[in-house]
Amino acid sequence: MNVIEIKSLTKIYNSSEVQVKAVNGIDINVKEGEFTAVVGPSGSGKTTFLNMLGGLDKPTSGEVKIGGVDIWSLTSRQLIDFRMNNIGFVFQSYNLIPVLTAGENVEFIMQLQGKPKKERAQRTKELLEAVGIGDRINSRPSKLSGGQQQRVAVARALASKPEFILADEPTANLDSKATTSLLELMSNMNKKYNTTFIFATHDQRVMDKARRIITIEDGKILKDEYFNRD
Amino acid sequence: MLFSISWRNIWRNKVRSLVIIFSVALGIFAGVIASAFFRGMADQRIQKVINTGLSYIQVHNPGYQQTSDFANYIPDAAKLTDEIREISNVTGVSRRLLIQSMAASAETASGVLISGVIPDEEKKVTTIHSRIIDGEYFEGISRNPVVIGKKLAEKLNVKVRSKIVITIQDMDNDITSGAFRVAGIYSTDNNMFDESNIYVRFSDIQKLTGFPQNAAHEIAININDNDNLQFILSNVKSITENKLDVQTWKELSPEMNYLTEAMDMYMYIFIIIILLALLFGIINTMLMVVMERTKELGMLMAIGMNKIRIFSMIVLESVLLSLTGGIVGIIIGAFAAKIGETHPIDLSMWAQGYQQLGYDAFVYTSLDTVMLINITILVILTGVIAAIYPAYKALKNDPADALRIE
Ligand SMILES: Nc1ncnc2c1ncn2[C@@H]1O[C@H](COP(=O)(O)OP(=O)(O)OP(=O)(O)O)[C@@H](O)[C@H]1O
Ligand SMILES: [Mg+2]
Repeated sequence: MNVIEIKSLTKIYNSSEVQVKAVNGIDINVKEGEFTAVVGPSGSGKTTFLNMLGGLDKPTSGEVKIGGVDIWSLTSRQLIDFRMNNIGFVFQSYNLIPVLTAGENVEFIMQLQGKPKKERAQRTKELLEAVGIGDRINSRPSKLSGGQQQRVAVARALASKPEFILADEPTANLDSKATTSLLELMSNMNKKYNTTFIFATHDQRVMDKARRIITIEDGKILKDEYFNRD
Repeated sequence: MLFSISWRNIWRNKVRSLVIIFSVALGIFAGVIASAFFRGMADQRIQKVINTGLSYIQVHNPGYQQTSDFANYIPDAAKLTDEIREISNVTGVSRRLLIQSMAASAETASGVLISGVIPDEEKKVTTIHSRIIDGEYFEGISRNPVVIGKKLAEKLNVKVRSKIVITIQDMDNDITSGAFRVAGIYSTDNNMFDESNIYVRFSDIQKLTGFPQNAAHEIAININDNDNLQFILSNVKSITENKLDVQTWKELSPEMNYLTEAMDMYMYIFIIIILLALLFGIINTMLMVVMERTKELGMLMAIGMNKIRIFSMIVLESVLLSLTGGIVGIIIGAFAAKIGETHPIDLSMWAQGYQQLGYDAFVYTSLDTVMLINITILVILTGVIAAIYPAYKALKNDPADALRIE
């Protein structure tokens, strides 16, 4: 089943005289449970592509359907709710609310969704344990390492039970040990909850784990390859 | 959770927030103290006017109020006085004969208003008897005693036991004179009052003028608490069968009533000016907050915080910031004002001028709870207003852009 269907997606930035075709006619489908890396040189359009998938950046033309919903035909209000309920985000940095503890960060999104308190508490505990930092539930982000913070971000992204999780260079600020273990974790989560993951990366170690690699250059798909990692 | 996010966000930059909290606290403290002080001053002034002669309620012949004519008296005043005295919470009823006259000493003369009173009744209504600075209140002189103010005594150059000649128009419009002797000299701190009001025994002036024995121009009523004013007023009105003018001090002396209202209004203006000055500091702080947190706000919007929530979060932070300062200011201010209710502030250094106007040299503060509640509301309002522009700025953030800036 296709979670995401993308048709001739294009984004043109008109920055002072020069037109930049950041994304230039991408057609692609993503199936449920995929663990997909979007790779390409710097400036090739990975972030722009992911932001359009995630409902953060409006395409110049083309279509993004998530679970059958054309997200760019929604009003901006509907889109915010749609993001909250269907898409999990893991950014490179600034993922967490600094004044909330790890547990509260995870719980927060479920509170926005209006989930009952009991369910929130239970799921928070379960997820933080699943990402391996159940003992740091009451720590503020500043008391956690970069790797631990990204784990909380993954738990937070999973908390809303999204259709898929978008991660834009989630390991860029991590050392190699933390990178390996975060990948391990995401891969496990992908298997455990059958959650679809799409991440942009430069990192060879990340690519080595991916089961599908979409290579972009100059806003176009250069290669689309599948790998068997078992 | 929005609440705890906003609250904890305040403490991310402790020094900056504490500066704002401290300045709001200081401003509100000043506002509370000033309002308690000026209100206390107004209350004291009113109380004094009531105590020195006005009393809480007065009854007159309807014609008297317009012309102050000697002939416009209440014929059955003695009977009414006895009836009014029976109303609960009434602490004193005095019937007065009022007449304009000339008071002359050996040296000079001065126009005065004579109040003919029954001393024991008048004592229960006004406090002139406790303000005697020389001689005694209607005692020590057996024939035609008179109690005069200090200022008049100085003007006429008379002392206790000195003779004063009073010249009046009697009931038949003939000019009559009577010799009186100073029994006591009072001082109310209000020079104008002291110069123009003198007191004689009702029976003495009644005989001199041929005024009916049981009549009066004025019935002055004292009560135990201003809160009972309306209740007693309606009782007195029914006793007089609405044939007489029955008025409270508020009607008799509208300027005294306006005094409190005007004082309150000045205080609100004062506090609003303070808050206006503080407003810009809070706006500035909130703008810095929004600028510093561009990425965080972008992330919050990306994960599903809608505009209403972002807006509320920032408004809440601003309100909590100002309210914290406001509450500190109110508590300290109220505490200080409470102390001032029993420990008066001594203005004697500057009191000369005030006393001329009838204000006391010692001011007891008077704390008004309604004022404190309104100040709290104003502080909250300030917090909301201060947050509007910064919150609007925050909403202008585009999450995609915000997250892109490295
Ligand atoms: N807001 C913008 N205005 C104008 N041009 C932009 C904007 N955002 C991105 N671009 C341009 O679009 C192109 C694609 O940028 P994008 O950030 O998507 O690349 P990327 O593959 O994510 O690069 P990196 O690997 O460095 O993160 C680049 O040429 C970039 O300069
Ligand atoms: Mg990028």
